[in-house]
This record gives sequence, structure tokens and C-alpha cells, in this order.
Amino acid sequence: MSALYLLIIASLLVALGFLGAFIWSVRKGHYDDDYTPSVRILLDDSEKNTAN
Amino acid sequence: MTMNILTPPEAIPDTRHVCYHCGEDCRDEVLHSDAHDFCCEGCMTVYGLLKDSDLCQYYAIEGAQGISPDSSFYKGKYDHLDLPEVYGSMIEFTDGRLTTVYWYLPKMHCSSCIWLLEHLYRLNPAVRSSVVNFPEKKVRITFNATALRLSELAALLTGIGYEPYLSMDDLSGKKANKWNRTRLYKIGIAGFAFGNIMMLSFPEYFHLGQNTSDQNLRTLFGALNLALSLPVLFYCAADFYKSAWSALKGRYLNIDAPIALALSCVFLISLYQLATQTGPGYLDSFAGAVFFMLVGRYFQDKTYAGVSFDRDYKSYFPIAISILDNGQETRKPITDLQKGDRMLVRNEELIPADAVLQSPVAMIDYSFVSGESQPIERRKGDTIYAGGKQKGTAIELEVLRETSQSYLTQLWNDEAFTHEKDDANKSLAARINRYFSLTVLGIAAVTFLIWFFVFKNPETAFLAFTTTLLVACPCALLLSSTFTNGNLLSVFSRNRFYPKNAHSIERLAQINAVVFDKTGTITLPDDAEINFTGAPSTREELVMTKSLVGQSSHPLSRLLAKHLADVPASRRVLSGFSEISGKGMMAQWGLRTVKAGSASWVGANAAENPEQQSSRVYVAIDDIVKGYFTIRSKYRPELPETLATLRKAGIRTYLLSGDRPTDLDVLNPLFGQNALLLFNQKPEQKLDFVRDLQQKGSHVLMVGDGLNDAGALRQSDVGLAVSDDINNFSPSCDAIVEGSQLSLLPGYISLARSGQRIIRQSFAISLIYNILGLSFAVTGHLSPVIAAILMPVSSITIVAFTTLASNAAAKRYLKN
Repeated sequence: MSALYLLIIASLLVALGFLGAFIWSVRKGHYDDDYTPSVRILLDDSEKNTAN
Repeated sequence: MTMNILTPPEAIPDTRHVCYHCGEDCRDEVLHSDAHDFCCEGCMTVYGLLKDSDLCQYYAIEGAQGISPDSSFYKGKYDHLDLPEVYGSMIEFTDGRLTTVYWYLPKMHCSSCIWLLEHLYRLNPAVRSSVVNFPEKKVRITFNATALRLSELAALLTGIGYEPYLSMDDLSGKKANKWNRTRLYKIGIAGFAFGNIMMLSFPEYFHLGQNTSDQNLRTLFGALNLALSLPVLFYCAADFYKSAWSALKGRYLNIDAPIALALSCVFLISLYQLATQTGPGYLDSFAGAVFFMLVGRYFQDKTYAGVSFDRDYKSYFPIAISILDNGQETRKPITDLQKGDRMLVRNEELIPADAVLQSPVAMIDYSFVSGESQPIERRKGDTIYAGGKQKGTAIELEVLRETSQSYLTQLWNDEAFTHEKDDANKSLAARINRYFSLTVLGIAAVTFLIWFFVFKNPETAFLAFTTTLLVACPCALLLSSTFTNGNLLSVFSRNRFYPKNAHSIERLAQINAVVFDKTGTITLPDDAEINFTGAPSTREELVMTKSLVGQSSHPLSRLLAKHLADVPASRRVLSGFSEISGKGMMAQWGLRTVKAGSASWVGANAAENPEQQSSRVYVAIDDIVKGYFTIRSKYRPELPETLATLRKAGIRTYLLSGDRPTDLDVLNPLFGQNALLLFNQKPEQKLDFVRDLQQKGSHVLMVGDGLNDAGALRQSDVGLAVSDDINNFSPSCDAIVEGSQLSLLPGYISLARSGQRIIRQSFAISLIYNILGLSFAVTGHLSPVIAAILMPVSSITIVAFTTLASNAAAKRYLKN
């Protein structure tokens, strides 16, 4: 039975870890803008002038 | 209706030049550089700037469309940003050297804008980084303040077409935080607690662990569940309690009151069962309900980043104005303007305070305040009210009253602006819910009393009481309206109609009268219907006329130049241009003299235009009057159909205009026989008209665009602001619609109404669940497990039903 106590504490700690990760990501502003990063990653940053 | 036949035919394709920078047709003159065409100096300058910094990749990005920089920019426009008190309120952070600003750039519109703005450092090395938030149309720029002044940064952005939007709101330190991170924390924590409590409750669901050795585990699980539910009660659910309490203090029941009651009951009963070891409690349902409701509200209260609903006059006025002090021009914040200050107001600038004109003549465009579409001529010594815009050369004015005391801002003192629209009692869900929760409480109480006193079975009595409350939890009802309205909000915004919140949709469903403003609302703001009356012009005469009017910034000249889009113009042949404000202009074309302007200016007989039904521009060449252009407002082409559909649906339509009574022959048939068309309406009169209609029992939708409608928009049940660029200016309102989408207005109303129907239908569905559950619950046969399962199942059914039904309704009414 004692194994069960350990498992429950472990599972709660893992879950708390994920909750912490979520809160950290919200605090860092990951959810403030859910559009721009998806565009930014597709824009090349090459030095070459391709327009002319 | 023959609105379109008089517009010029499409230009022949092979003579058409498209501006390489902004993508617009070159209408006035074509400039060439590097084998590309440009429509104006501004576009060519931006191109040159980008080319020098090796940023031409900008044009290779798909959908790239540059912005022609604001032609009204002049050196020193942003000098006030360097004043210490303005500087302090503009910046987000500074360590003395590295400084961060977070500016709103309304002109940002495509992915190439993101690219360009994030490469600002190449245009000026003092910019360390620039990060765009596209949905909010904001950019956070970190720059070296010792190498680049704030005014230079603003000028840099304006130079490439992205003029930062700086208003008095920024100065007063009012920073609206639209994105509420707290809400996400609450959802995350409630979800975490919900999941873990469910996992720890699994043994109870399957009646495991009945022997004595498991008793310790059972106690542990109970304690853990309780610990997990505490943050849900005190943090996640706090808003429900707060809103219920404030409603009770105001002596009415809102939708949160029964929810708060049900949550408290469930929590207290669980606490009792855990403490007395009589049962596992219902903490899983408790946490689950809070979690679902928070998610529902998240949907419902979604905000449109970059769209602002709560603007007052402060948002429209510039931050600073040029002041002449002993002939020296300085910039002064508008909040510091004092009586007696001498202002210098340039072309297209807004006059920020009531003032007396010191220059000989000014052309003031009051369309922003009154809706009057024609600029008015004012002479030296006249009082000019705040809100007017100067058209033409710069003028000098002496301030009469401070901005906050001005005539225009008095409108905001009306009581319509002092109280919020009362939503709590009107919402359909709240009304049904009140009866519903009272009924449920009654049933639960009766059940409890019967079991307790008649059958003398206290244990079953408690069980039946709690399961009754749980099964009939009003959460399902709340979910139905939050998810229906939430889904409708996103359907509406896909169709470029932006209601402020769910309450706006519910009020939209009640509408039975629609009041339209004229200028800018049902007319096209930058277009006009133009006719030429007189002798047929030769090609050369047209070229001369176009070249002449192309020199002037008068609105009528701009419209004419636009009208003659397929005529080439050349200003090189033109010489000796002169313009007299309020009269007209003249120039030499080789040896010939070209004149355009009022009848008296060209020497025509003015009596031909007695009624002032429309504006006329006369043209004379070598003092021979060739004829005149008649310029009238052009109505939105889909207007007749929109009005007809509205009337067919039994909605009355009205017109309230601040303009002169023009175009009655066009408008009368459109608005029907018994319609009321009122002209020359002042902003307060518009407000009173709407109030009057409401007192006669109408639910009024006001459709308007400018500050002159602000009072009526505020007073009406639903104030709808029409804007051709939703990110630009729109007065305080309940909803914003893009001008081109106004024709869908009947569809929007129908959809809002079917939304109300869907809410009622989903109430019926949850009622069936409730009756089923209740019939078991009152007999005490329903185990808490089934109750706990039944609740999410009914919630999910309702969420699915409302989503599908509202999407189907959207397909029917909006055809997409």
C-alpha cells in the first residue's frame, strides 16, 4: 500500500510541474499574441535583394 | 437607381500604371524610378529609403502593399514628444539609455508590414529591436535614447507610412489592458484541480476500497480533494461570488447569483460529508463546473485586439499643437492649452479648442462634428469650435476656452454618458434563470423536507437534496448562452461585424427601429457622383482641367481629380498656379488661362444654381465658361436593398443628418413613404430623437460614424459605428461594422434573433436532462456518480448543439 502514497505524491508533483509551466508561459506573454509568431517564422531574413 | 452609369469608364489596361509601392492605380501622375512606376513622391521616397537599406525584399513578400506616407507630415510635427512630461507618459521603460515604447500603428495591415517593422534597425541603427503584435497592431520598439530622440523615431515610422497613433488618452495615463492574463491563470488552475480531483475520485466511482485497510487511503484522497478544491473556490470562482454579491447589494438577481448559491451548496455539502466521513463529496463536479463556466466566459468575453469601442473625444484629438510665441513656433500639449494662446493649425489638422480666427480666411470642415459634408468659409474674428478641420493653408487662431471646456466636449456631459447600459436584468438567460433556480431550490427543499420528516430518513434526505441541486445546476443554462453568444461573436467578426460583447448581441435581437446617419454612413466617404454640364470638352481641355485641380488640396478638387482618373495630367506645362480660398484657382497652360471654382470666380451666372442641392465647380478656359461639374454624395450601392429588407422585416427606418437637406429625390423613395427624414440635426438633437423613440417603446439601433453621432450611439440600444477602416476612428459604440458590410445589416439582426431562439432551444434540452435526472434524484435513487457523469454530458450536448445550430443559422442568414 505504501507504494500507492508515493505514486500519488509523484503524480501530483508532475501535474503541478505542468501547471507551473503553463503559468510561466502565460506570464511570459506566450498567449498575448497568438498570430504574429506564426507569420514571423515564415519571413526570411536574407541579406540578398530579391525584388529587383 | 442609376448610380453607377456616370462614373468614368475603366481606364484602358495598357495605359494603366500601378504604383510599385502602394499597389494603387496611378491617378494623377506617373513617376518612374528603377523601372518601377509610382503614384506619388511619397511612395517613391519610401521605395528609395527601403532600397538604400537593402530592404526591397519587402516587395517580394506575397500580398505586400506599401502605404503611401502621410502627406500632411512636416518637420517638427513630433517635437512635443521630447518634452519631459510627454516623454515620460509615452515610454514603457527606460534605463536612461535603452528605452522601450509600445506604440499603436493603425496602418499595419499585412505580413509584409511585420517584416518591415521588425527590420527597423536597418533603417536606423539606434533601434535595437522592434517586435510586432499584429492582432493589436502594436509594435514594441527598444532603441538607444541617446542616439535617437523619440520625435525622430516617430518621424522615422511616419516616413515609411506607419504613423503612430498618439492621442490624449496616452497622456492621461489610461492604459486599457484588453488581454486579461488572470483569466488564463484561473482556467489553468481550475482545469488542473478538475483533472486531479477526478483521478482521485475514481475509486469512489467504481465503489472500490470498501474494506477497512483502504480507509486510510480514502481519508487521504478526501483530504487531497479538499486541498485541490480550495484554490478553485477562493481564486477561480471568486468572480462569480463578487458579481453575485454586487448584484444582491443592488437588490436584483443576476445570472451569477444562482451559480454562486449552487457552488456554495455543493462545496459545503462536500465539506460536511468529508468531515463526518459519510461520503466522498462532490468536489469533482464542483471543480468541473467552475472550469467549464470559465472556459465559456472566455469565449463569450473575447475581445478584438486592435478594435476600440470606448473612445471619447480625447481619442480623436492630437496630443499637441503648434503654438506661436513671439513669432517662435513651439509644440505644446493640448492639456496645457490656455486662453489666449496662439495656435498654428495646418492643412487637415484638427482644431483642438474653441478659438478665434486670426488669419484672414479659413475653410473649416465640420464633417467630423456635425456631419455637414461641405467645408465652411470663416473669416478673421469668427469663433471656430473645436473639432473642425482646416482645409488648405495654415491658419492662426487664438484660444478662447480650454479643450475640456469646449462646446464639443460638452456632449460628454449628457447623462447618457454617465451610466452604463443596464444589461444584467435584460439578458434572456438571466431572466429564465431566475425562475429556473427558484424552482430548483423549491424542489430540492421540498424533497429534503419529505425525506426528512415524512420518511424520517435524514441520510437519503441529504443525498436527494444535493443530487437535485447538482443535476439541476444552472450551469448548463449559463453554458447555453455563453457558448451561443461566443460562437456568434466569432461568426460576426468573420463577417467583419464586431459586437462589443454578448449583451450587444442580445440587444441587437430586440431591435425594431433603425436610425441612419447620412454623411459617411450611407454615403461613400471618398467617392462622389460627378456630372459635367456644358459644352463637350476636348481631350486637351480635360487634361488642362485635371492638371489644374490636381494642384489643389480642396476636397472638391480631390474628388474631381479622382473622377478624371483616365485623363493624364502633367503639371510641368502648368505655370503661375494660384488659389484663393473659398473662390477657386487659376493657372497658365502655355498661353491659355485655366480657371476652376465658384460661379462668380469664373464669371458664370450664379443664379443657375439657386437651391444649393449639390456642389458645382465651374471651369473656364481663356475666360470662356465651358460648363460645370455637379458633385453630389454617392450612396452605398447596396443601400436600397438593405432598407427594403429591413422594412420587410417590420423594422422602421429613419434618417438623421447633420447635413443640409440634399438629395431628397433620391432618399425619399429609399426610406419609404412614411419615413422620417430629418436634416440639420445637431448632435444633441440626434441624442434626443433616439431617446424619444425609446420612450415610445422602440428598441433603437443607431448607425453612425462620426463624433456628431456619439451621443445618439451612446443613447441607443445598440450603437453601430460604420468605419471603412475598422482600426481607425470610430466613436464610443456597441458594435463596429465595416462600411462595405453594411448591406448585411438585416442578416446580422436575423442572426442575433436566431441566437436567442437557439438559447431557448438549448434551455429546453437541458430541461429534459434535468427532468430525467430530477425524477431519479428526488426518489433518492440517483447515485452521485451518475449525477457527476450526467452533468458534463449535458454540458457537452449543449455546447455541441449551440455551436452547430448557430453555425447553421449563420449559413442561412449570411450565406457563408
